[in-house]
Amino acid sequence: MLGVLTGFIEELREAGVPVSMVEVIDSMRAVEAIEIDNRNSLRETLRATLVKNLRHERAFDTAFDVYFSLVPTVASEPTELPEGGDGPHEQPDHQGSGEFDLDGLLQGLFQALADLDPDALRSLARAAVDQLAGMEPGRPVGGTYYLYRTLRRLELQAMQERLLAELIGDDELSEFDRRLIREDVEARIEQLREEIQDEIRRRLVADRGREAVARTLRRPLVEDVDLMHATTSDLADMEAAIGPLTRKLAARLARRRKKRTGRLDFRRTVRRSLATGGVPVDPQFRHPRPHRPEVWLVCDISGSMATFSRFTLQFTHAMATQFSKLRSFAFVDTVDEVTDFFGPGVDFGSALKRVTTEAEVVWKDGHSDYGNSFETFFSRYGSQLSPRTTVIITGDARNNYRPPRGKIIGEIAQSARAVVWLNPEPMAYWDTGDSAMSHYSPHCTSVHEVRTLRQLEEFVEGLTLPAGIPALKG
Amino acid sequence: MEFESPQVVADALRSVGYLPNDRIAQVVFLAARLDKPILVEGPAGVGKTELAKSLARVTHRDLIRLQCYEGLDESKALYEWNYKKQLLRIQADADHDWEDIEHDIFSEEFLLARPLLEAIRAEEPVILLIDEVDRVEVETEALLLEILSDFQVSIPELGTIEASSQPIVILTSNNTRELSEALKRRCLFLHIDYPDPTREQEILTARVPGLSEHLASQIAKVARSIRNLDLKKAPSVSETIDWARTLLVLSVEDVDETILGDTLHVLLKYQTDIEKTAKELVSGVTD
Ligand SMILES: Nc1ncnc2c1ncn2[C@@H]1O[C@H](COP(=O)(O)OP(=O)(O)O)[C@@H](O)[C@H]1O
Ligand SMILES: [Mg+2]
Repeated sequence: MLGVLTGFIEELREAGVPVSMVEVIDSMRAVEAIEIDNRNSLRETLRATLVKNLRHERAFDTAFDVYFSLVPTVASEPTELPEGGDGPHEQPDHQGSGEFDLDGLLQGLFQALADLDPDALRSLARAAVDQLAGMEPGRPVGGTYYLYRTLRRLELQAMQERLLAELIGDDELSEFDRRLIREDVEARIEQLREEIQDEIRRRLVADRGREAVARTLRRPLVEDVDLMHATTSDLADMEAAIGPLTRKLAARLARRRKKRTGRLDFRRTVRRSLATGGVPVDPQFRHPRPHRPEVWLVCDISGSMATFSRFTLQFTHAMATQFSKLRSFAFVDTVDEVTDFFGPGVDFGSALKRVTTEAEVVWKDGHSDYGNSFETFFSRYGSQLSPRTTVIITGDARNNYRPPRGKIIGEIAQSARAVVWLNPEPMAYWDTGDSAMSHYSPHCTSVHEVRTLRQLEEFVEGLTLPAGIPALKG
Repeated sequence: MEFESPQVVADALRSVGYLPNDRIAQVVFLAARLDKPILVEGPAGVGKTELAKSLARVTHRDLIRLQCYEGLDESKALYEWNYKKQLLRIQADADHDWEDIEHDIFSEEFLLARPLLEAIRAEEPVILLIDEVDRVEVETEALLLEILSDFQVSIPELGTIEASSQPIVILTSNNTRELSEALKRRCLFLHIDYPDPTREQEILTARVPGLSEHLASQIAKVARSIRNLDLKKAPSVSETIDWARTLLVLSVEDVDETILGDTLHVLLKYQTDIEKTAKELVSGVTD
């Protein structure tokens, strides 16, 4: 056990999950206190001692499934893999002909899903992998290949529809009731998918060993993916992580300044002091007013920023659900307000579509022109800036050698609470080639390299803005 | 503090009306076994605070609660001298020796024990709940960490007070900011998410007397459906409980889109969320 555990912890570290020595020791003590022949109990024990950040759970679960795939899910279950001789799985039957009864399997799965019978589901999932995945020992293909092969033959879409029909029965149901049933069916199908994936992983591990499998499954943590080069599936994972982050940002921006209490309330203090013979022992304070932060997001959505701007628009979308006073702007060589595209209740897909098709962000040639965009921005919207407005600009400042007009940022900063710039390029590239970053940075309240979600988070965590009083602005 | 197994923890919690999942039972079991604090994280209203309260009931221990807020400091978390009382004593004893007075006014009589000190001084072991710890500033977090490490407090005028019993400590966080690594390292981490429909149905049945299984199951499924939408604030367990009560009062036996539409404001707090949900679920827009 100890050997597997240290290997597992090593894998967590390789995957980027920070695990300290204290936590390693805790996990070992904890494992001694539990029954280790129960996979779920082991999983939760290791999770609680080793993973202290929700975002690392996916990496944890992947590694756990690999390292402990042979621990039974329930204590009664046999731990060894099915060995040869109990079926035709040694010569996988790719065509589905022969003695293997696919229809029987499908019927069994259907019944298990309809009856919500987890044990039957698990053993049938195993049979399915056995018969359909065509796993070949030593073949260096990943689990997704086998998963795909198995699922294709199971025709889950048809299975889902059949289940839906079964659960709805002959009743005339409203769309509302159908929706609830449909979601229920989807959850059940998802469970089947997980069982199958689990089984495939188990077999891969038995075949190739834990380390090799873990290595092929390793992904960068969502917070370390480079935003300029994220894949679609990365972006989907990020979307899930952005929500909590924007909530943090909301809390940060609304946070009062360091001072713990408001101004002394002289009158109430004196009144109180009457009880103590005129000695003011209990000074009274006015409650400070909470901020109602206003945020304006100004995003470069030019071609050079394609992936990043998708991300910033995701961020914008998430922000729009948090801040009632959020306004958003997009620019390429000129700027347009896109706030309404992110109006209440709009999902991200349609907002994105409207930004890319309806926003008027091209005036000349569709090559980035920060100078013109900022000038237009200030002349159109500048008068609506207030000392409560925080302006967040996102972009790489690659200006195609056009006039940068950095002073405009200074003027925007004069009218706002703060101007913050988030640049997705490595800081070392700033001001190389056509990047005009240094024309803007001196006028911003702060500038940040934000190439990853981690850096975005660090930005949010570290955010302290000047109070919303113009007199205090530097 | 010992429980025999996670199963025993689960049964005990259930017996006082708290429905844990496997994860919760496992982590509580470990915390008791290893004497480690639990850091419970998750959205508002998923039973973080309630877990600590229920645990106090299960173990027949007192619950001492430190509610965190922005600006919470040592004098409200740990202890404070009763300045008012000290001053009055000084006035009353104006003719005494200053040394006597000083000795006198810095004695336990003038000490106001706040939750942390209270937990340390408790004769019998307690459950210490440090609620919503993400609201305090980082400096205050450091203070908490220190206390959790040694379970003792040194008061310059009085000396060191050591814990006479080991409390079970539960910290909760709504995750509005990242807590320090040092604090996290010290704790077992427990993320609680919205319950799945099966558990939510059980929670509803336990918390709302008179609710039928059928209605509880429907409510749980509607809750899941709404939580799948992209909302500013998803309905929490407290809100589904409120909704269940509302439906009972209205003598509803079966939820349909009209009833949902009329009562959405019980589940959702923001107008935009209400509108979005109404659009998605009530007017039956298909995808
Ligand atoms: N697992 C559970 N079992 C029983 N009741 C629960 C459970 N989870 C939540 N609740 C109910 O939800 C309410 C809100 O929970 P609370 O602990 O205040 O949320 P949090 O502290 O996470 O914001 C509780 O009063 C309780 O009635
Ligand atoms: Mg709470």
